[in-house]
Amino acid sequence: MEHGSLTDPSQSTFSLVDEDHTFANAVRFTLNQDPRTKFCGYSIPHPSDNRVNIRIQTTGDAAKTVFTDSCQDLMVMCQHVRSTFDKAVVDFRMSKSVNGMDIDSNN
Amino acid sequence: MSSDTEDTTSGSESEASDSAKANSTLDFIEKLSDVPMGRLPPNIEFQRTRVECKADAPIHTDTFQYNGAYASMGVDNNLVDSFCDNFKVEVINLTEDEMEFDMIGIDPALANAFRRILIAEVPTMAIEKVLIANNTSVIQDEVLAHRLGLIPIKVDPRLFEFTENNTPNEKNTIVFKLHVRCERGGQRISVKSKELIWLPNGSEYPLEPQDTKSDSSSKPKTYTSFTCSQDSLPEFSDNPIYPTSGDITIARLGPGQEIDLEAHAVKGIGKTHAKWSPVAPVWYRMLPEVIISQDIEDEMAEKLVATCPVKVFDIEDIGNGKKRATVARPRACTLCRECIREGKGWENSIALQRKKDHFIFKIESTGVLPPEVLFTEAVKILEDKCDRVISDLS
Repeated sequence: MEHGSLTDPSQSTFSLVDEDHTFANAVRFTLNQDPRTKFCGYSIPHPSDNRVNIRIQTTGDAAKTVFTDSCQDLMVMCQHVRSTFDKAVVDFRMSKSVNGMDIDSNN
Repeated sequence: MSSDTEDTTSGSESEASDSAKANSTLDFIEKLSDVPMGRLPPNIEFQRTRVECKADAPIHTDTFQYNGAYASMGVDNNLVDSFCDNFKVEVINLTEDEMEFDMIGIDPALANAFRRILIAEVPTMAIEKVLIANNTSVIQDEVLAHRLGLIPIKVDPRLFEFTENNTPNEKNTIVFKLHVRCERGGQRISVKSKELIWLPNGSEYPLEPQDTKSDSSSKPKTYTSFTCSQDSLPEFSDNPIYPTSGDITIARLGPGQEIDLEAHAVKGIGKTHAKWSPVAPVWYRMLPEVIISQDIEDEMAEKLVATCPVKVFDIEDIGNGKKRATVARPRACTLCRECIREGKGWENSIALQRKKDHFIFKIESTGVLPPEVLFTEAVKILEDKCDRVISDLS
C-alpha cells in the first residue's frame, strides 16, 4: 500500500504487509544504489505488527517507479546469484569427480 | 553531480573535465596530485572495503551503500550495475547435509537476507498434529507431541501444499503411526524415531465411533480424507517417507507402558515454529585478513606462533639461522585478538582485518533437503517477494 501526496509523487511511504527486515533491508540497499533516490529508509512500527514501512524520497521521478525499479534490480541480482551459485556447485562436483574423490551418487 | 553519478567512472571523469574548462579554479584543484579523480585515495578505499579489528573494538564497520557516497571524488559507488561482473561463488566443501562456500562481491544486506530466509522462510514438513490413543509413559502428551514435532522428516516439501484450513488430504498431510509397547517383566526400552511408520493411506483412526453392525463394507470416515494412497503417486512410489535419522529418542518406556498415536505432518515455515526450519545453523562471516607489517623474527616469532590458538601463523627460514613469522592460514582466524593484545611486543606489527564484501557462508541442513537446494530455494523466495511487491504496486 502506498501512502503519498497527490500533488507530489516524488515522496511516499510504502507499507508492506507480511514483510520484515529480510526484504526491507535488501530493497533499501538497491534503493540506495539508485541515483534517483534522495532518501530512503525503512522502519517496523511495532514488533508484533507484521508490517514494514519503506520511505522513499526521490530527486523528481515518482517514488513508486523508483521503488518498483529497485525491486526489479534486486530480482535481477537474485537471478544472477542463483545462476552463479548453481554453476559453482556443478564446477565443484566436476572437479571432485576428476580428483577421484567420493561423490554423492544421488546427485 | 546528480547526472554524473548515473555514469560509470570514466564518464564522470570526462564530465568533470568539461566543467573544468569553464572553471579554471576547479581545473587547478583537480590537477593537484592529492586530488584523485575517479579513484579513491587508499585510506578511503581501505575504509570502504575493510573492517579493521583493533584490540578494543573494530572500526570502519559500516558499509557505504549510497551510490553517491564518493561523488565528490568522482567515484561512482554503484554496485548494482557492476554486480553481475564482480559477483563470484566458490564452493569450499559440499556434503550431503553440509556446505561451505564463499560469496564474493555482495553486500551484507543481501547475504543476510539469504541467511534469514534460510532460517525462517524455506518451507519443510514437520509433525503438527498428534492424535494420542494411548500414552501410559511418564512423558506427558504435550511434551511427547512437541518432541515429535521437532523430528526432521526426509521428504521434499515442494511436493506438498500448505494446509490453509483445508481438510487434510494426500497433497498436504503425511501421516505416521507410532505404536510401541514395553512388555511386563522385560527391560525398559527407548522409543526411537525409526519406529514412526508412514501411513500412505492416511489416518487409520475413525472420526466417529465405529458401528460394527451397519455398512461394514464402506470405508469409515477418518481424520484425513485421502483420495488415493500416497505410495501410488510416482514421486513416493520408490521413495518412502521417514525421519532423516532413525536414532532420535522420542521417549522411554518402563515395563507395562505403551504409546499408541498418530502424527500428522504438514508444510510450514520456520517463522511460525522452529521445527519447520530446514537448517541447523546457517551463518556467514567476513573473510579474515591477517597482515604482518613489520617482520617478527626469531624468539618473538616462535612466541607468536604459540600464542595463536587456531595456528594462523607459521615460521619460515630466511637464512643465516634467522626465522620469520608468516601468515599461513588467515582463513582460520577467529578474531580472538590474542595476537594484538597489548604488552606482547609485536601488537603494532600485526593488523587484523575483514573483507566487507567477501562472505564465508556455511549451511548445515537438518537433512530435509541438500544444502545447495536449500540455498537456491532461499534465493527464489527473495525473488518471489520482489515479484509480489511489484505486482502489488502495479
